[in-house]
Amino acid sequence: MTRKNYYILTNGLLKRKENTLYFINKDGKRPLPIHAIYSIYTYGALSISSQVVNLLSKEGIPIHFFNRYGFYTGSFYPRETLLSGDLLIKQVEHFIDNEKRLKLASDFVKGAISNMKRVLSYYNLDNNMDALLENLNSCDKITEIMNVEGRARADYYRLLDKILPKDFRIGQRTRRPPKNMTNALISFGNSLLYSTIISEIYNTQLNPTISYLHEPFERRYSLALDISELFKPIIIDRLILYLIKKNMIDKTDFEKDLNYSLLNENGKRKFIAEYDKRLKKTIKHRKIGRKVSYKRLIRLECYKLIKHVLGKEQYKPFISWW
Amino acid sequence: MISEAEKKLLVRGTQINYYFVCKTKLWLFSHHIQMEQESDAVELGKLIHDDTYKREEKGLILDDLISADFMRKGKVLEVHEVKKSNKMEEAHLFQLLYYLYYLKNEKGIEKIRGFIDYPKLRKRKEIRLTHDIEKRLEKILQDIDSIIKGDVPQPQRKKICRNCAYLEFCWS
Repeated sequence: MTRKNYYILTNGLLKRKENTLYFINKDGKRPLPIHAIYSIYTYGALSISSQVVNLLSKEGIPIHFFNRYGFYTGSFYPRETLLSGDLLIKQVEHFIDNEKRLKLASDFVKGAISNMKRVLSYYNLDNNMDALLENLNSCDKITEIMNVEGRARADYYRLLDKILPKDFRIGQRTRRPPKNMTNALISFGNSLLYSTIISEIYNTQLNPTISYLHEPFERRYSLALDISELFKPIIIDRLILYLIKKNMIDKTDFEKDLNYSLLNENGKRKFIAEYDKRLKKTIKHRKIGRKVSYKRLIRLECYKLIKHVLGKEQYKPFISWW
Repeated sequence: MISEAEKKLLVRGTQINYYFVCKTKLWLFSHHIQMEQESDAVELGKLIHDDTYKREEKGLILDDLISADFMRKGKVLEVHEVKKSNKMEEAHLFQLLYYLYYLKNEKGIEKIRGFIDYPKLRKRKEIRLTHDIEKRLEKILQDIDSIIKGDVPQPQRKKICRNCAYLEFCWS
């Protein structure tokens, strides 16, 4: 049975009665079958008891918390059951050894830029992403790799502005808080993706705090930041462009009082529904020989990292092939 | 290369089983990179385990190594393994043979009989430990030891990969 993501947008109470969870709000009481939950994402004011936490822990279900603005505030990362001392040692080794770390950091950026290029080509936008990929080869410091990534992203947003309607132009990338509609969408989407990746890492033996491109002290789960670079263009940016281009989202989905720089309830609902649809979308994976969902692609990326650090197979970052 | 902690090899029944099924799986499993938790096949196996032979005494684990599905005590000790299909005969066979070997040599239990039960096929098969098999088991144990201490074996694509919990790991 495939487990689903549950997204809770309204205020309410999460209760446990024996081995079932119930979400109770002003509209009523809804059971959440425990074996059908993969992760929970919560945006409203949620009351929760330790009995609930115990059950979630037992079943290995993470909860991701966002404040009412949609900013990520933290996760309940259940007690880990998939642990491999050997793998941890290897993960650390690939951080401490500078050359090994550079290789992985550069691979993440290579994947990120290649996927940005995919998005740009989809909209027939001429770009210089190849030159930036070239630049990566001569980097011998993490900061240099980061710089290339920053330059690529700035160019990328500038190019995307060419195909965006006037109201939706990105201009400067702003966060905390984002200053306009598309910036708001990017921030909202990236936090969502970050949490999704945390859930995927949780279901592997990887330690989420050891990262290669980002410094391990940047966030609690910095490995999720590394992996998110690969998937942001393909999952989040494409989703945003789709929503805007198809006129599925407009000014009325944003908080007018806050200068349209935050999604309102309705906007969040739309975004999340489309996001979840996208995670479930499948593509045929040639090597595996079966269909895999976008969400599963993230898991496969974790597996590839495990194989790389174990010395089994050189890591090749995910680059969208469609 | 493996860590100090793994050097003292603890061979479990599952490892004997995986030795016959796939060396890559054996290596990963032994290094705690396990994938069974999301496998429908493993889930089904557990259900069969819980749902059949309810009158028997189940869940005995010996020395953290031996976990036969159930045992019957009496003048002769009966060791039973419950399997859902007879597809991977050899793997099942040697898993049970290893239990018999262990009970005989490590625990000094002489009067012992082994059975593989296929409740879904309504079949039961008795397994006997011979001197030749004991020799072969010793060789297998050594093999397992050196596989685990070596690098991860490259996976070979086989028909059984389709139903393996490690499929996506190996071919991603």
